Parts: sequence; C-alpha cells; structure tokens
Amino acid sequence: MESIAQLLRWVPGYDGLPEIVRLVLPMLVSCLLVFAVLALTVLFLVWMERKVSAHIQDRLGPMYVGGWHGWAQTLADALKLLLKEDIIPASADRLLYKMAPFIVFLGAFAAYVVVPFGASWFVTDLNIGILYVVAAGSLSVVGIILAGWASNNKYSLYGGMRAAAQIISYEIPAAMAIMSVILQVGSLSMVDIVEAQKGGIQNWFLFRNPFVFLSFIVYFIASLAEVNRTPFDIPEAESELVAGYHTEYSGMRFAFFFLAEYANMLLVASVATTLFLGGWTQVLPASLVPQVIPGPITFFVKVMAVVFVQMWLRWSVPRLRVDQLMYLSWKVLLPVSLVLVLSAGWLAVYW
Amino acid sequence: MLTYFRNLGLGIVTVLNSMGIAWRHLFTPSVTLQYPTVRWTMPEGSRMRLFNKIEDCIGCGQCSRTCPTECITVQTEKRGKDEPEIFASNGAAIKLRTYVFDIDMTRCCYCGLCTFTCPTRCLVMTGAYEYSVYDKDLHIYHFAKEKSLADKTPKEPSTGKP
Repeated sequence: MESIAQLLRWVPGYDGLPEIVRLVLPMLVSCLLVFAVLALTVLFLVWMERKVSAHIQDRLGPMYVGGWHGWAQTLADALKLLLKEDIIPASADRLLYKMAPFIVFLGAFAAYVVVPFGASWFVTDLNIGILYVVAAGSLSVVGIILAGWASNNKYSLYGGMRAAAQIISYEIPAAMAIMSVILQVGSLSMVDIVEAQKGGIQNWFLFRNPFVFLSFIVYFIASLAEVNRTPFDIPEAESELVAGYHTEYSGMRFAFFFLAEYANMLLVASVATTLFLGGWTQVLPASLVPQVIPGPITFFVKVMAVVFVQMWLRWSVPRLRVDQLMYLSWKVLLPVSLVLVLSAGWLAVYW
Repeated sequence: MLTYFRNLGLGIVTVLNSMGIAWRHLFTPSVTLQYPTVRWTMPEGSRMRLFNKIEDCIGCGQCSRTCPTECITVQTEKRGKDEPEIFASNGAAIKLRTYVFDIDMTRCCYCGLCTFTCPTRCLVMTGAYEYSVYDKDLHIYHFAKEKSLADKTPKEPSTGKP
C-alpha cells in the first residue's frame, strides 16, 4: 500500500486532495489491483484444473473455445454465469442468502492483504501477519454456514454443517504446523518469514529441519481440508449432497462461491509457499545464478506448483467419510503436529 | 497402538501409490477423439443406414417380407412384353418394375436381415451414421426411380406401411 501511495503521488493534484481521500484512495487502488490479479488467476486456475483432471483421466478437457486448447473456456463460462438468472428460492432467508457468497469470498480475499507477492509487493506488512491470515481465512466458514442455513434446503444445511465441522477441526493442525515455522523465525510477520529464508533452496524452511518438512506435509493436508478440496470435499460431496451449501445458488452468486473456492486454494498455496518454500525469493542461491527473475514471477511459479499438487491429489484420492475425516484430524494430524512443534522447537533452541 | 502406526503407514503408502498412478496417467496419450473434426473409421460390415441400388433391384420384395419392423415398402408391376429386357449386375432378369421402394429408417432396427435375403445383393447397409434431420419424414428414403405405367403410386407420401 505504501508503494501504491508513492505511485499515486505522481498523479497531478493528488497532494491537494483532502486527507481522508489520500488515506482511502491507496486502499481502494490496492484492493482493486489484488482483486483483478486474483480474478485472472482464478480464471487460469479453473482452466488448469479442468486440463489437469482431464489429462489424468486420459481425456483432453476443453479444446474449442478460444482456439488453443480451449484457453477461453473459463472466460466464456464466467460471462455465461454473469448473464444467468439470479434465482432466490421462495422460502429462503433473502438477506442472508444474498450475503453469504460475499462473506465467503471476503474471508479468502481479506487474507491477501498480508501475502507478500514480491520484495515490496504487498498491501501491508502486519506484525501479526500469519495470525491474521489464519483468522481471516476461517471467516469463510461463517459464510458457508449462512449459505447452508439461508437456502432452506436439507442438502445445503448438511453441507454447511459439515463444512463448519471440518474447517474448525482442521484449523488446529494447520495452525500447529504454522507454529513450527514461527518458532524458527521468531516473528509472525509474513515479510520477516520470507526474509529469513533468503539465499536459495537450502535456506527454505522445508529443507532446513526434518520436523518442519513433516510440518509442511501436515499443513498441506490440513489446508486441503480447510479449502474443501477433494479428498476432504464432504461439504459439497456431489454423490451425497448434490452440491452442498451452494446447491440453490445460480448465476453470479454461484460464481462468487466458485471464485472463493479457488481464491482459498490459491491462498493456502500462497501461505505454504511463503512459510515453507521461500516465498518470492529465488530458487538457486546468488552464488550460482544471477538473481534476474522478478520476485512475483518466482512466487507465482511456486504457488502454481503447490496448486498443481493440490489438483494432482484431488484426482488420485477418493473422498473420505465423515468419521474418517474427523479421525484424521483429531487422532492423526493433531498429535503428529503437536509432536512436530515440540521437536522443531527443541531443534531450534538446542541445535 | 501398533495398529494405529501400521494404518498410518499404510495410508501414506497407498496415497503415494495412487498419486503415482495419477502421474503416469497424466502423460498417457488421451483417448478422446475430437469428434466433428476427427471421426472413427467404421469397421467392416457395420450396420448403419440402408441403401438400395435400384438398378440391380429385381423387385422380389423379400426384404420387405423378412423385415421384422416392416419398414420397407415395395410395390411392383409387371413390365410389358414389348419393353427391352434388362438384367441386374449378377445376371438375373428384371421382370418387375419397382415403382415404390421406400425405407423408413425411423423404424429400422438395424438387424440386417433384408441385406442377407436380397438375391442380387443390391440392398446394403452403408457406413453412414450421421443422418439426423429436423423433419421425421425425411427419414423415409425413396429409392424407386421409375413411375408406374398404371399410375398406382399412392397420392400421399408413404407411411412405410405396406
């Protein structure tokens, strides 16, 4: 945001504006920028998801729209969703029904404030950055429950309740896994965490400490569950619940749920990249290759790699049962992450 | 406690296993055929749309009699004594003038019995499988070329019933 404010000073007459405008304008501009980048990336991600899933199943996926391998398919789908009728069920709670998709998206979107895309490419650097991400990310659970409740539909309510149970359960192992990184840095700021990993692949937390490596796996599994991706997608299990909490939604509101799902996916991938994979820092150390690739591009490539693994896992593992899901969270991931936090802390202090 | 760790290990191994399978399939060539631009080559002897080479048809009507769904309508009359003798390509003399030979493909069950019974092998099943139309009547194919001298042609288009 500071850099945006710096850029805005080049606009003639900006300094003459009232104080409140100068305060709000950089916020709005950075908000719009993040939203635009996010929307474009989500469009790309949907296309990528369809392509990856198709090729894993020996299919081709979208091939026609746009010419080259159906690259404009998601663009066309988005336009179609914009033009579709916005249906609200007669017995729905209208206000909550209308609000829910935006709350879900808000949770994902708000967390991007502290994600450092590059050396100075972040909206703001909170000193409790990662805590803020965890908190804002779990805001979407409110929207999901609202959606399930307001739809006045059995399947939606089931989906909403399942999502709530799942997200709240998996937040704990994810936070524990994050903790083992924080122990290494001694700071909650996302920028500080990236700075601590500067200098190539051997400085990434993933490879510095075996316990942190295992923490990464725990975080990855828990984050999959948090964003309702396939091995853990019981909130929207098609074979049981039609589409879960967004069964009744259509048109742009459905598109917002979709956007939120992929934004969440991207968010947990960004957090995993920032915490474990060195964020925007280069892969190879400066002594081997000149650091010419811009930070945001490195960041994007790393995030895409994590997202690809998410998609890959989606098409190789079947959906868990509800009790299996809870078993995995409370009886496997939580004890394992506790042990990992203690061991990683011990290693950080006494090594 | 031991089962717990064994299950844990089993879970990790099986997930990695299935990920390996998925990875292999990511690079296997796709089996999808881009249909309108790429088409299957139909195997020999495929049973698709019927076709009658009317020049070889002797008008015996065996196809219409053998058809289980009665989709073939054949109407013939005797050729006059003064008309020139004509023969089918296998040498059989054509003594009847076929002035109606209609096949209603909407009723066809693609059994192929008519083609086996045809003595001159003029009624065949072709490999054409894309013949959807907007009007159902367009699925009644009229193969006869000659007109009846006695003008016995039905006034209305054939419904396929004999």
